[in-house]
Amino acid sequence: MKTARKRDASAHSCRLITNPIRRWGWLFLLPTFAAFCVGFLYPFAKGLFLSFCKFKTTSKWTWVGLKNYITIFQDEGFLHAFWYTALYTLVSMLIINVLAFAVAYALTKGIKGSNFFRTVFFMPNLIGGIVLGYIWLMIFDGILGHFDTAVVLETKYGFWGLIILMCWQQIGYMMIIYIAGLQAVPEDMLEAARIDGASSWKTLWHITIPNVMPSITICTFLSLTNGFKLYDQNLALTAGSPFKTLADGNVIKTTEMLALNIVSSNTSNSKGPGQAKAVIFFILVAIIGLLQLAATRKKEVDQ
Amino acid sequence: MKKLIALLLAVVMVLGLVACASSTADETPAATEEPAAAETPAAEETPADEETPAEEETPAATGSVYYLNFKPEANDAWQKLAEDYTALTGVPVKVVTAASGTYDTTLAAELDKSSAPTLFQCGNQGAINSYGDYCLPLDGTAIMDQMTTDAFNLKDEDGNTLSIGYCYEAFGIIVNKALLEKAGYTLDDITNFDSLKAVADDIHARAAELGFNAFSSAGLDSSSSWRFSGHLANMPLYYQFRDDGVTSQPATITDAYLDNFKMIWDLYTTDTATTGAALATATMDESEAEFGEGKAVFFQNGTWEYSALTKDKFSMNPDDLAMIPIYCGVDGEEKAGLCAGTENCWAINNESSEEDIQATIDFLVWVVTSDEGTTMMAEQFGPCPFKDAKEPENVFFQDANRYTAEGNYVVTWAFNWTPAVDDWRAAVVDALTQYTAGTGDWEAVKTAFVQGWATQYAKENA
Repeated sequence: MKTARKRDASAHSCRLITNPIRRWGWLFLLPTFAAFCVGFLYPFAKGLFLSFCKFKTTSKWTWVGLKNYITIFQDEGFLHAFWYTALYTLVSMLIINVLAFAVAYALTKGIKGSNFFRTVFFMPNLIGGIVLGYIWLMIFDGILGHFDTAVVLETKYGFWGLIILMCWQQIGYMMIIYIAGLQAVPEDMLEAARIDGASSWKTLWHITIPNVMPSITICTFLSLTNGFKLYDQNLALTAGSPFKTLADGNVIKTTEMLALNIVSSNTSNSKGPGQAKAVIFFILVAIIGLLQLAATRKKEVDQ
Repeated sequence: MKKLIALLLAVVMVLGLVACASSTADETPAATEEPAAAETPAAEETPADEETPAEEETPAATGSVYYLNFKPEANDAWQKLAEDYTALTGVPVKVVTAASGTYDTTLAAELDKSSAPTLFQCGNQGAINSYGDYCLPLDGTAIMDQMTTDAFNLKDEDGNTLSIGYCYEAFGIIVNKALLEKAGYTLDDITNFDSLKAVADDIHARAAELGFNAFSSAGLDSSSSWRFSGHLANMPLYYQFRDDGVTSQPATITDAYLDNFKMIWDLYTTDTATTGAALATATMDESEAEFGEGKAVFFQNGTWEYSALTKDKFSMNPDDLAMIPIYCGVDGEEKAGLCAGTENCWAINNESSEEDIQATIDFLVWVVTSDEGTTMMAEQFGPCPFKDAKEPENVFFQDANRYTAEGNYVVTWAFNWTPAVDDWRAAVVDALTQYTAGTGDWEAVKTAFVQGWATQYAKENA
């Protein structure tokens, strides 16, 4: 640490480098900042504004206040989508992380061909969600066809189908992060544990896991937000089918998740409520993400 | 190593910027098109003295046309026509085609732009509800004078014509007459639901021996389900509206003819090779192939299927093909004709500049009067309700016309009044899927159909 600080100090003293950076640094931020404004800030602000409006095209709007927000909290389809998404996210987060950790643990034990397996497990992640959705739909329907049924006919098939699909896609990605974490576990700690006669289970539980806590933070965070934001796979696999027809003629799309619900409710007649849903969705994902981050940060150990 | 990474990152960043720059560069020609075209009045004069009625206005017209096309399959023909028109008159015509199934979202986005479409598609009540504010009333315009009927036009409550049907289509049950004869029947044996069912039941019973079945699969995959949630559902809607004298979009509908809907649906899903849960995932391609390859006698679809069956995908003999009305057991249906109507209606953007509106009307008049235009329209869209329209070769239209000539009533497209049409249809399809697969009951179909209509209407008019 001391040497690093020394090097920093010497760099700072070099005016030839620091002065231009101080003076012209903003210039290099400009393109990114402009892109951020155009691609994020402006649409976000306009979206926020439009969530209080009734509109069909974004340039013709009428202010309606909180009406859109009241509408969406009476929308059973939206509430169902919320709880369904929450359930899905919880289940997928657990399964993906447990399996990804297990695979990473196995592949850092020095089995023959680890690198090959790592590549193979990572590969599904390179395929786009919508393609994966259709591929798995074919696989599931091919199997379920033998039992005279299909994915779109039962909510549970849609749910577990999506879990299988997402595990298949994401385990490889999370595995890479866990492998990086596992490789950073100090060898001396492990050795000390071995000498003290700790069982491999105890070593895993008391040394490895506390040491890979940063990876666990990242992975749970990623799988949590991924779960909440899931769209393509949901659309391709079931698009919300099967529906439950309510007596008043409304439908609850039983396998529809939040993002899909927001998009499909953005038809020309409900763009206002659709926008309000998107705002709620943003706040929700932001809060959950921050809470989760804060909670796991506390458990990390300093090395 | 670090240097290499830094270099790579720099390259990526530069490439990113170049990519942005080149995409803006792509757009610029479009922007400069207008002034370039405005400079060409000299070129205009030479070919412009032809018989087109627009010719006197062209030198003065400085507007341009932007058509947001609805049919991807007609894109090439429109592009060609637009080029021809620009070459002829100097008026720039831009045709953009929305990707299949995204017309509504594309239109909503395009209308927001400063260079919005001057001409777009507004083909049903839902579209009128959404985009009616943007539709220029067309009464008294030059293009209206060319029309032979206003049966396909859409109007607002005050009777202003907001969009005009530029072609019409017909649907029914397409029959392979050759196979029908092989099974020992002719078209004359089918005059109503009972006789259709008798023939279909018999063919289905002897399917193994004949080598073909009665109906092609009634797939409920999204590629195929619109044939039933849209077209087949038209039957109960049409008959109920006829009985109740409904002449504009109703807030509620009744289940008066839903039993007939069930009868014909049960027939489709019984007298066929694919039944039950397998239909939940059966696609349009499967159904089309079963009919095209001679494995099924009946196939519910429309006039637009003609070129696929005879040329593009299969080479069926046009003489073997016929289209008969969808019989569903309604009294007097022996006198039914095909279901004729359209969702292809032009609307002109009232927010466009006056020059652009005039240019658009001139373009449309040229399309429906000139030789190139009418030829293209007949090829792509079949019969068009304009004075100078050409006769299409499609045998299904000949069937449609024959039924009308014989004094049968035309089953109009009652489903054009469906409120929030995508949502309503999705709910009906899903209920129908569960009923067919045995995981749901017919009551849910009824609810999705009748209550769903009322709910969607209320939402749309809230």
